[in-house]
Amino acid sequence: MSDPRIEVIERRLEKVENIIAVSSGKGGVGKSVVASTLSLELSNRGHSVGLFDLDFTSPSTHVILGIQDVFPDEEYGIIPPLAKGLRYMSIIFYALDRPAPLRGSEISDAIIEVLAITRWEELDYLIIDMPPEMGDATLDVIRLIPRIKFLMVSTPSKVAYETVRKQLTLLIGLDVPVIGVIENMVMHSPRLRSQVEEDGAEYLGSTNYDPVLEEALGDIERLKKTAMYAELTKIVHHI
Amino acid sequence: MHEWALAEGIVSTAVRIAEDEGLLKITEIVIDIGELQQIEHEILMFALEQLRTPTMKGARFVLKPIQGRFRCKVCGEEWAFIPETVDKEVSEAIHFVPEMAHVYIKCPQCGSPDFDVTEGRGVWLESVKGLKRDE
Repeated sequence: MSDPRIEVIERRLEKVENIIAVSSGKGGVGKSVVASTLSLELSNRGHSVGLFDLDFTSPSTHVILGIQDVFPDEEYGIIPPLAKGLRYMSIIFYALDRPAPLRGSEISDAIIEVLAITRWEELDYLIIDMPPEMGDATLDVIRLIPRIKFLMVSTPSKVAYETVRKQLTLLIGLDVPVIGVIENMVMHSPRLRSQVEEDGAEYLGSTNYDPVLEEALGDIERLKKTAMYAELTKIVHHI
Repeated sequence: MHEWALAEGIVSTAVRIAEDEGLLKITEIVIDIGELQQIEHEILMFALEQLRTPTMKGARFVLKPIQGRFRCKVCGEEWAFIPETVDKEVSEAIHFVPEMAHVYIKCPQCGSPDFDVTEGRGVWLESVKGLKRDE
């Protein structure tokens, strides 16, 4: 018995120049906000960009960007709709606003299914918002998308970085390219640079905790005016 | 036309298997079609015919429907998927991503969404038969 889906995944992504997984071992570090704002900023700079929310049990990029009333077209597979200037794909198109209680093997099967049927057009960048873990989704994208690169997000917290450090060890050990680490939601002063460099990755920069960010979620024009967004734009040239 | 995407996968995988096994000519491709995914057999067959490669010229495509079956992880209840019992929107969601069954379907005994799809999830290539040089 063979799984016929695996064979076509690379073909579905062949028109995409760069595939970047935005990842973190911990939830709550602002990974989805970084993935969303990074996508917006790359698009602002004239690049063609796709955003793929791979967090199938807790998708949130549609909330961050205020994406609604769009749905994929069906044409020899499915075509991600254009939303906020991005080609956008998320499990919310199928789960709607209901909970999706999936076990690991089911998440893996769903990821393979969506990768096998989604036809991405020519893109300079496909940004993948990863779920906060080092399990099925991470292992699947490493296995199924050999040219993927990881962009790691941490807060200054020792607890958050401890999980990021482990993920860096895994990725570096597997020779998976790591673009670097963004230190997000800094309250006082950044503290991870030396630790990140010691762990063999590039420290890309930091963004401060932005108390007004919450109010801007769902409205991309307000998001673009936040201090967090301005700080992120200074990091984007590393990408 | 989601069936086209699956047909592409079937044809590519069959070609790869034929190469791996040294088959010069493919004579039969057997495909399991899990009923949970509610694939349109006619569309899939049409797509397979259109995508047929020279190696599989004259090959027989056999579509084997497999009933979708569930087993509840909480109470052990086993039951079958009856397509007619779900509405159109739910059918469509499960058609594209069969794991969406866990979003819309509950165990008829205890109401849990925590169940295994024991059979008939989606499309699988069961076998590729053909002729080698010395046959």
